[in-house]
Amino acid sequence: MTAMTSSSASPRDYSLTGRDARLAVENGLAAAEWYHTEIPRKQMKELMQRSDQPAIRDTIIWLTAFIVSAAGGIWFWGSWWCVPFFFVYGTLYGSSTDSRWHECGHGTAFRTQWMNDAVYQLACFMIMRNPVTWRWSHTRHHTDTIIVGRDPEIAVMRPPDLLRVVLNFFGILDAWHAMVGMVRNAAGVISAAEKTFIPLQEQPKAIRVARIWLAIYLATIALALYLHSWLPLMLVGLPRLYGAWHHVMTGLLQHGGLADNVIDHRLNSRTVYMNPVSRFIYWNMNYHVEHHMFPMVPYHALPKLHEMIKHDLPAPTPSILAGYREMIPAFLRQLRNEDYFLKRALPPTAKPYREELHNDNPVAAAAE
Amino acid sequence: MSDWVEACAAGDIDEEDVMRFDHSGRTFAIYRSPDDEYFATDGLCTHEKVHLADGLVMDDIIECPKHNGRFNYKTGDARGAPVCVNLKTYPVKVDAGKILIQIG
Repeated sequence: MTAMTSSSASPRDYSLTGRDARLAVENGLAAAEWYHTEIPRKQMKELMQRSDQPAIRDTIIWLTAFIVSAAGGIWFWGSWWCVPFFFVYGTLYGSSTDSRWHECGHGTAFRTQWMNDAVYQLACFMIMRNPVTWRWSHTRHHTDTIIVGRDPEIAVMRPPDLLRVVLNFFGILDAWHAMVGMVRNAAGVISAAEKTFIPLQEQPKAIRVARIWLAIYLATIALALYLHSWLPLMLVGLPRLYGAWHHVMTGLLQHGGLADNVIDHRLNSRTVYMNPVSRFIYWNMNYHVEHHMFPMVPYHALPKLHEMIKHDLPAPTPSILAGYREMIPAFLRQLRNEDYFLKRALPPTAKPYREELHNDNPVAAAAE
Repeated sequence: MSDWVEACAAGDIDEEDVMRFDHSGRTFAIYRSPDDEYFATDGLCTHEKVHLADGLVMDDIIECPKHNGRFNYKTGDARGAPVCVNLKTYPVKVDAGKILIQIG
């Protein structure tokens, strides 16, 4: 790992309609050709193969865990015994849905498309991400990963807003923005930023979904008022707050503290080895360099892909804790110097970074 | 006007797979279906101009390797986000073990 700075002329403009959005297009960073590790077609085909079996198995476990934890929470409601049940329920609701939304949005979790669609819709509702809006924002995230002014899904912008990061461990700002967006969409309004990545013909679908969701939330609130109980909201809505911690914990590691405005996922993404429970919740998205390089590969094949290409990638971060030990100091340095980032060292077996592509960028890398 | 161009040998493409074919500055994708039939489309995804030959063939579907957009490669119909614009298709015939496509 090398500490680096980049030399930007002025603070980054993350607006999708602003200065850096125009610069990214002018500098060839938008819809660019990204680095890929070479994999023979035969092996790539094997890795890309779809199967219903792993995701059906995981989804049965997932839904069963939902039902059992919800039942326990309801049964013990009013006593402290409900806490562990709601902890599990909340983590499933507010965190595991992040990976289910993501993988089913790619259409790679199941071979059968209606199964992808069904889990996608359910997970989107729980994680509070409009299934239309976020399908298109994530498309852009894959086209222009961590390109300032182009990527709508940059979790930690520079300089980092650490209060926002901490609040999002409890889902506070994300859920608030999601609710505001839902009400705005339900009123028939698509924002200027949303219009940059949602095609015109898809925008009415985003509005329709927002109206359905708003009705569900209003019905839940009405039920809570009728029952004089928080319980309905503990089951619908609030778990997005009290269960968000795991998806934020793992999600920050995806790109946090690494380079921006580069076109090599080895520079801006992080693969982290994790425990089996986190990998189940996260559906193997800890193999994040691999996922970005080859988004066609289903989550259950990512460990195999990792073994196949790790000779060409930076050494994986050995644990979640190790990830935070390198990322938090980088965030703190970025408070003083937003151009600071961590440049991940490549093994001798890897193809070197194409410095000529990155040195031409407006945020050209230079050793500190 | 008939403008048949030899693209490859029939055996060059595995069943349920796709191969890239470049001709006269244009790029095409040649498909072999699970039923051992051959089809051809434009080679680039209509969404962001990615080569479909790097994608995955499943039954009648070609899935783009970049964003997982889907097309029916037999008809060219866009079948799944983020693709919204259909693919152009081309007639294909097998003649003496060779795959010919009518570029026109």
